[in-house]
Amino acid sequence: MTLKLISLRNLMRRKGKAAFILAGLVIGVATVVGIISFVEAVTHDIAHKLEQYGANILIVPRTENLSLSYGGLSLGGVSFDLEEIRESELARLATIRNHRNIAAVGPMVLGVASVEDRRILMAGVDFRAAGILKPWWRVQGAYPDENGILLGSEAAGLLKLKAGDRLPVNGLELTVSGILEPTGSQDDQLAFAALTTAQQAFQKTGRISMAEVAALCKDCPIDDMVRQIAEVLPGAKVMAIQQVVKSRMEMLAQFSHFSYGISGVILFIGGMVVLVTMMGSVRERTDEIGIFRAIGFRRSHIMRIVFLEAGIISGLAGIIGYGMGLGCAQAALSLLSQGHGGHVPFNPGLAIGSLVLALALGLAASAYPAAMAARLDPNEALRAL
Amino acid sequence: MSYIVADCLVKTFGAGASAVPAVSEISFQIAPGEFIAIMGESGAGKSTLLGILGAMNAPSSGRLLVDDIDVYRLHPEQLADFRREYLGFVFQSFHLVSYLSVIENVMLPLTVTRRSKTEKRAMALEALSRVGLTEKADRLPGEISGGEKERVAVARAIVNEPPILLADEPTGNLDSRNSREIMHLFQHLNDGGMTIIMVTHSAECAAYARRIMQLSDGRLQEDRSVIAAGWRMAS
Repeated sequence: MTLKLISLRNLMRRKGKAAFILAGLVIGVATVVGIISFVEAVTHDIAHKLEQYGANILIVPRTENLSLSYGGLSLGGVSFDLEEIRESELARLATIRNHRNIAAVGPMVLGVASVEDRRILMAGVDFRAAGILKPWWRVQGAYPDENGILLGSEAAGLLKLKAGDRLPVNGLELTVSGILEPTGSQDDQLAFAALTTAQQAFQKTGRISMAEVAALCKDCPIDDMVRQIAEVLPGAKVMAIQQVVKSRMEMLAQFSHFSYGISGVILFIGGMVVLVTMMGSVRERTDEIGIFRAIGFRRSHIMRIVFLEAGIISGLAGIIGYGMGLGCAQAALSLLSQGHGGHVPFNPGLAIGSLVLALALGLAASAYPAAMAARLDPNEALRAL
Repeated sequence: MSYIVADCLVKTFGAGASAVPAVSEISFQIAPGEFIAIMGESGAGKSTLLGILGAMNAPSSGRLLVDDIDVYRLHPEQLADFRREYLGFVFQSFHLVSYLSVIENVMLPLTVTRRSKTEKRAMALEALSRVGLTEKADRLPGEISGGEKERVAVARAIVNEPPILLADEPTGNLDSRNSREIMHLFQHLNDGGMTIIMVTHSAECAAYARRIMQLSDGRLQEDRSVIAAGWRMAS
């Protein structure tokens, strides 16, 4: 005969009440787990999509005289001598604290190229990084090698060139390897060559005009990364393309706050359900608590019986609540993304957290009923019968 | 063995003008192994006095010493330990826990003691055999008769072999045959050295006691030793 057995037997006897407490706790825990899982999955999904937005940090030379715009940002007048950054300096980006959040770094050298009687803006880029930095690029043909050139759609139209044509650029004989499909950006008017080719054409070996950085900012404030990059590149001006990232993250943060608020309310209601039901249960058991006290149970023994009952139900609620929450999050994700949603993974931390939450909530809500039971005077309890 | 000293016990309910004295300046001493019947009319203060003796109802004034322990000076948790170690209770309404089997009810006082499961079970079976209910050990209280319930209550009261047994109208809900069986059981326990203090209305039950205390209006009117005749002789 143990206190645990008394608790178990009492729970079995009062199945309805136990089920009611269980339901209250399960709803509370499932809501929290569901919301956290959903927010995590959506955050992960947004982070993944953010990668597809390409570069979100620009590194340009620190100068006061640049005026030409690129991508809505001031990049400098290409007809003038540009301030430049040494390409080797970009290696310092690997030393910043959030270097793991850098998905790609795209150095770029810009210059004006003379093509027959026309002048076009040519950019030397790292085409491997461009795949991450400009995922929206679609090329008719192929990306160029060191002897090739890629033309924006407008530039190709203006120069009346197609893939396979040869193009003399600043004394280099380059082959048009492909044409960019229209992007709706200034890229349509540019010609792109491999970085080393462009550096050779503009006689800027080892130097770059700017660099684009794709930062994964799910877990890092982009402002911090900008500050960290600026610290390692003191001669450069570092800017964040924050609008999209910030607004999405802010929206997600607002949703999270709202959801956590709702979870808090539901948890509070769950706690109240446990409190009221346990108090009712204690009142109903006045006689048996009186007997326990009369035959030598300490107050602490009575409290342990009540806490054991709450603990058993809460533990069960934690496990069921986690499973239900996970299922609801998966269902919500599938519903909101019309079947193309991500997968809500098993999160051991959240599973343990939900168990701890259920236990903490159940035990906290049972504290008062337990104290009330322990305070029952055995003489009064037995005389009240 | 225990020696009980009640020293000018007073218990008053309420305060001021509405104060009702339930027990008024009662003093007595009980030697180990006595069998005492406390008698009196309804409202005489018998159950209140038993509650005080049972360490469940603190007197308004006065002292209760058991085995030189000043009972009501104990901390509430120590008071619970005292009840467990020194006292066994038999209630008029049995007060068995309905969802526990007969043997589990008997084991209840052992629940919070440091004994092995096997030892607890053996002690409970021993107590049940003393009241003749071994074969009904696994029944629920709802599945046994009133007389059997009372015997289970007695088994629970004696399972941890307390030196003092307190009984509040133990035969109040029983017919004469079951009453006689319970009293024989008490007699047997008393013969084994257990101190028994029993509140009763019944003169027949009181005839088993060796000492009778008569209460009236909360006062001890009479305290006399008797030759325990009654059913002891008849049996």
